[in-house]
Amino acid sequence: MSATGVISQLLAICIALLGAPLLMGWVNQWRAWLQNRSGPGLLQPYRALHKLLHKEAVVAHGASPLFLASPYVVFSCMALSCAIIPTLSTDLPLSPVADAIALVGLFAVARVFISLAALDIGTAFGSLGARREMLIGFLAEPALLMVLFTASLISQSTSLTSIVENLAHREFAIYPSLAFAGIAFTFVSFAENARVPVDNPATHLELTMIHEALILEYSGRHLALIEWAAAIKLFAYSCIGIALFFPWGIAEADAPLALLAALPIQAVKLALGGFLLALIETVSAKMRIFRVPEFLASAFLLAVIGMLVHFLLGA
Amino acid sequence: MNSLIAQLINLFASVMLIVTFAMLSQRRILTLIHLFTLHGLAVVGATTVVAYITHQHHLYYSAGITLVLKVILIPVLLHKLIDRLNVRWDVETLINIPTLMLVGILLVVFAFNLALPIAELSTSVARSTLGIALACVLLSFMMMITRAKAVAQVIGFLAMENALFLAATSATSGMPMVVELGIALDVLVGILILGVFMFQIREQFDSLDIRHLENLKDD
Repeated sequence: MSATGVISQLLAICIALLGAPLLMGWVNQWRAWLQNRSGPGLLQPYRALHKLLHKEAVVAHGASPLFLASPYVVFSCMALSCAIIPTLSTDLPLSPVADAIALVGLFAVARVFISLAALDIGTAFGSLGARREMLIGFLAEPALLMVLFTASLISQSTSLTSIVENLAHREFAIYPSLAFAGIAFTFVSFAENARVPVDNPATHLELTMIHEALILEYSGRHLALIEWAAAIKLFAYSCIGIALFFPWGIAEADAPLALLAALPIQAVKLALGGFLLALIETVSAKMRIFRVPEFLASAFLLAVIGMLVHFLLGA
Repeated sequence: MNSLIAQLINLFASVMLIVTFAMLSQRRILTLIHLFTLHGLAVVGATTVVAYITHQHHLYYSAGITLVLKVILIPVLLHKLIDRLNVRWDVETLINIPTLMLVGILLVVFAFNLALPIAELSTSVARSTLGIALACVLLSFMMMITRAKAVAQVIGFLAMENALFLAATSATSGMPMVVELGIALDVLVGILILGVFMFQIREQFDSLDIRHLENLKDD
């Protein structure tokens, strides 16, 4: 483990933790602009977090320790996932700890805990949200795994850092299988991050909310941690997408200068991604919950076809 | 550089496969026609690239015919048809799309397996896309089976013809010009006749749902 490795590892975690609310603010700002509103400003998520962290945390009567522990579990799952995703550099000493499959598992752990916490209080909304969250989760997870398998097949490794090294270093070639996987990944990220075609992050309408229903009972620092974790999840998904489909510009081992260059490149990519996300969210309508299985079945199908196309065409 | 161009064929074929799946699960007739136009464009792209690589001039002509016929003429005819039938904003009730998708995956696996030994025999530059073309044929066929409305079935039929065309291009670098011209004319005449049929069906049953045809008599 070299000194640059430690630095790039710490940098990856810090950037993810501190930059995630900024990305969220950027997406919300663009959503507001595209809807002809003036928007709350880029720094609004930080202000919201600051406010929530200073508020008293109210806990319902009869809440078990699980309810209190869940925000911390969810937050640490997301922070750990950011430690193994190559955001700026592929030189991550922590990356051998968990590969792409374990990463999906980390997201699943977070999902299970937040759903259990929502069921724990016993309110109607909590259990409704938990059920919907599990429905979406069990459909989105296989699709996400298939997407990661396609990339792993091309680069012969399930470790995210070696996938990025391999994909970024190959002679430029057109991979139809990655095109399929890319579309499937986009579908999955909309579902997993509770964005518009599947869930509206800004709604508190009882019949449609999923993510908001889960966290209705949380307040104060618990709510802050969960909101922060949601922002980190969006950041992590964007970084996985960039790492798999646009890996150029991510620095490698023992290249401190490339690390410096990687930061602005990654920022530009994330800004573009955030704008596209806001654009898609603005032009599409939220679908009924009964249409979500269809949407995610299409994602799974595309990911599987991507893998089959890889076998057929060898590319 | 040449290998990159050869990869473009695979890309166009893959786009075609995606569009075929999108057509399979599309409920709106108008979007279906847009998707069909895109389907035709992908075939034109793939054929042009094959023509460029193999320097076969007749493939340019067949790509041109496809462009005029499948991308311009037939979509325009279809647009006119749905306007006159007044079904432009029709939404078809499709049940159980996830199952349809899973059956679609099985069809793709079957087609890819079937195409592998055939592709080994071929020496064409686009032989690896034969499996995709075959999968598109089967998927379009399934679309014709699962749809109840006549317009969607006709689009399924046309998509199947597109896929067959791609299969011919990928396996043998295209059919002879005479055959191609004949097929093009057949499709055009077919669409005209099917258009007349649709009017007849609607006249008879006040609907384009061809399930009405299953009853022999209206008791």
